[in-house]
Amino acid sequence: MIDFSRNHFELFGLPLRYPIDGRVLEQTYRALQGAVHPDRYAGATDTEKRLALQASARVNEAYRTLRDPVARAEYLLSLHHIDATAEDDMRLPVAFLSRQIERREAMEEAGAARDLRALSMLIDDVRGEAVDLAAEVARLLDDGDLNAARARVREWRFLVKVADDCDALRVADVDR
Amino acid sequence: MTLFQIAEPEAPPPHAIKRAIGIDLGTTNSLVATVRDGVAIVLPDERGRPLLPSVVRFAERSVDVGYEALARAPEDSHNTIASVKRLMGRGLDDVAGDRRYPYRFVEGEGVIRIATRAGLRTPVEVSAEILKALRARAESSLAGPIDGAVVTVPAYFDDGQRQATRDAAKLAGLPVLRLLNEPTAAAIAYGLDNASEGTYAVFDLGGGTFDISILRLTRGVFEVLATNGDPALGGDDFDHCLFRWVLEQSRLPPLSATDARHLLGKAREAKELLSRDDAAPIVGMLLDGGRIDVTLSAATFTEITRTLVARTLAPVRRALRDAKLAAADIDGVVLVGGATRMPQIRRAVAECFGQAPLTNLDPDEVVAIGAAIQANKLVGNRDSGDWLLLDVIPLSLGLETMGGLVEKIVPRNATIPVTRAQEFTTFTDGQTAMALHVVQGEREKVTDCRSLARFELRGIPPMIAGAARIGVSFDVDADGLLSVSAREQRTGVEASIVVKPSYGLTDGEIARMLQESFAHAGDDAQARALAEARVDAQRTVTATKSALASDADLLDADERTAIDRALADVERLLGGDDRHALSAAAAALNAATEGFASRRMNRGVARVLAGKRVDALE
Repeated sequence: MIDFSRNHFELFGLPLRYPIDGRVLEQTYRALQGAVHPDRYAGATDTEKRLALQASARVNEAYRTLRDPVARAEYLLSLHHIDATAEDDMRLPVAFLSRQIERREAMEEAGAARDLRALSMLIDDVRGEAVDLAAEVARLLDDGDLNAARARVREWRFLVKVADDCDALRVADVDR
Repeated sequence: MTLFQIAEPEAPPPHAIKRAIGIDLGTTNSLVATVRDGVAIVLPDERGRPLLPSVVRFAERSVDVGYEALARAPEDSHNTIASVKRLMGRGLDDVAGDRRYPYRFVEGEGVIRIATRAGLRTPVEVSAEILKALRARAESSLAGPIDGAVVTVPAYFDDGQRQATRDAAKLAGLPVLRLLNEPTAAAIAYGLDNASEGTYAVFDLGGGTFDISILRLTRGVFEVLATNGDPALGGDDFDHCLFRWVLEQSRLPPLSATDARHLLGKAREAKELLSRDDAAPIVGMLLDGGRIDVTLSAATFTEITRTLVARTLAPVRRALRDAKLAAADIDGVVLVGGATRMPQIRRAVAECFGQAPLTNLDPDEVVAIGAAIQANKLVGNRDSGDWLLLDVIPLSLGLETMGGLVEKIVPRNATIPVTRAQEFTTFTDGQTAMALHVVQGEREKVTDCRSLARFELRGIPPMIAGAARIGVSFDVDADGLLSVSAREQRTGVEASIVVKPSYGLTDGEIARMLQESFAHAGDDAQARALAEARVDAQRTVTATKSALASDADLLDADERTAIDRALADVERLLGGDDRHALSAAAAALNAATEGFASRRMNRGVARVLAGKRVDALE
């Protein structure tokens, strides 16, 4: 079995730092699956089949986490015993929250009015803010300012959710 | 680009080639294909026909499958089951009100049962008859028993529908290596045939199901990025649309089952004509002497099916969104399924993607061809090339929580295999059991999702509310099939998982059906079980020896001795007929190789990472 004590970065042979070369990540992913995927073990013993299934799922999980910039930041923090995902402590700055509430209202209005242009603009606006946050998170993680990074990661996660919901409204509208 | 590495110069001796088949179990037609001399071919019946109509007739003394059953359908519609794929993994409430089915459904909970002259039949049993016919065709063509089969399913099939397909294959006595998604199968056939790289969309409109998959092909890896679809939309719906148009045009009253079947056949013929011609006549006689004589123009056909065509485009947009791609990012669009011969579909696809779709492979055969290529690889034949398939789960999986809401555990389009765990807790003091309801779908409310199964975790020690920590793990294997386990973390109590599939057969029912089918065929169930145990044990022996040949240096002397001893035990029992002893010895061999297998896998991973470092230096 793949050594479960190894973290996602180690599993992919990557240094324990936030920036990642997406191309290297992808190539490593495909190569690892090439070594552990259950299809490679169709004629193997039941033991090997079971291990292949577990290893392949583990590689998929690591890849999913590492390629998603928000999940990767959360994961990196968790390796430093900082939980950026706990739901029981979702306190976010008031100014940030009120901005999102306004956005949600605008989003619902635009959705109800089937105003695709307004929805697209909202998405662009949210994504723009997310890009700024991403840069800040990367800098804070690099500086080792983990608590500040945690606060920003939570805002980032929140923004991604807003953008996704907005996008879902846009696609739903196209479908109608 | 070396997608398809042609095999070694000298072909392996014939006995070393295993009999591997790919089966496209379609709504309207089914096919079986194999790879022969490095080329995938569809196996025709003794009259040279590649397709097997997916129609099963329970006749007085026999079960007829295919053209014969199809021909007798109008006169014996209650006992002739067509389009059974639409009923797989479904309950009566799913088909209630759909008057398309002329069958006598039996009232009851869970899985659908159809009253036929041969007794009650479930869709799983009916599908098994189709699979048996294909298996017989393949065995006669390949002159021997099948070593491994890949059976395709619509990518958008939910867990219940997949499980039902697995069960049908089991009943048909097919050794299934993998369930493969139909659009992915088509992509394999296309990708390996055309040695293509890039991002592709596979638009698969079959007889009764619609799938859209977005795949990326990179250096021999087929990576499905997103899939979407409509499990109840296909060529059948276009036939019915045409059928209703004829009824309206001819001002006919509701027809008898026989007349309806007859007219439906005429509608299908007209649809096929309109793939080439500008107009198609629909002429037929009814039982009461009434006459139908209308002409349908291609333009009218396009007009009356506009809504159906539009229904295919919504899933396309959702799949593109999930893949985070625009239509312009797609390098090629592959058309699959007989229904994509309709010009209005081709035009809609071309318009949606801004390019003419690829149609150089037969849309009826391409899925079976891809499945055969995959089967040939999984069975271990040497001419199968070096490529890998990474597929996804089509619909989110979750659990019912408070207030009838769904907590998603595995999101749609997660690459399989996937394992995801979530922790839950008790709601009341002293609670000792917890009911878990597993659902599949994208909606927030349980009632809007598909119910897959219910089970209970019992024996939780009494604690105050919220103190128990119940870890629920969802495991989806490479077939896209889900298993769920639950465990109380503090005490280690495992769930007594009595899964009650919502619309499936229990293991007990499957076992009983197997027994019945053996009895019916005059087969000896014991002999069959022994043969299966031998195949399994032989596979374990062969695989262990091959592992020892390449990686014996990973073992110390004691470990090696233990494995050799276990190996000798299995080999000694292989010649005998004690099935239980043989299975026990094989299990012991599996246990003895546990550590060895782990180290081998770690070595494989280490080689990959070492190789990557070399790449980075270059």
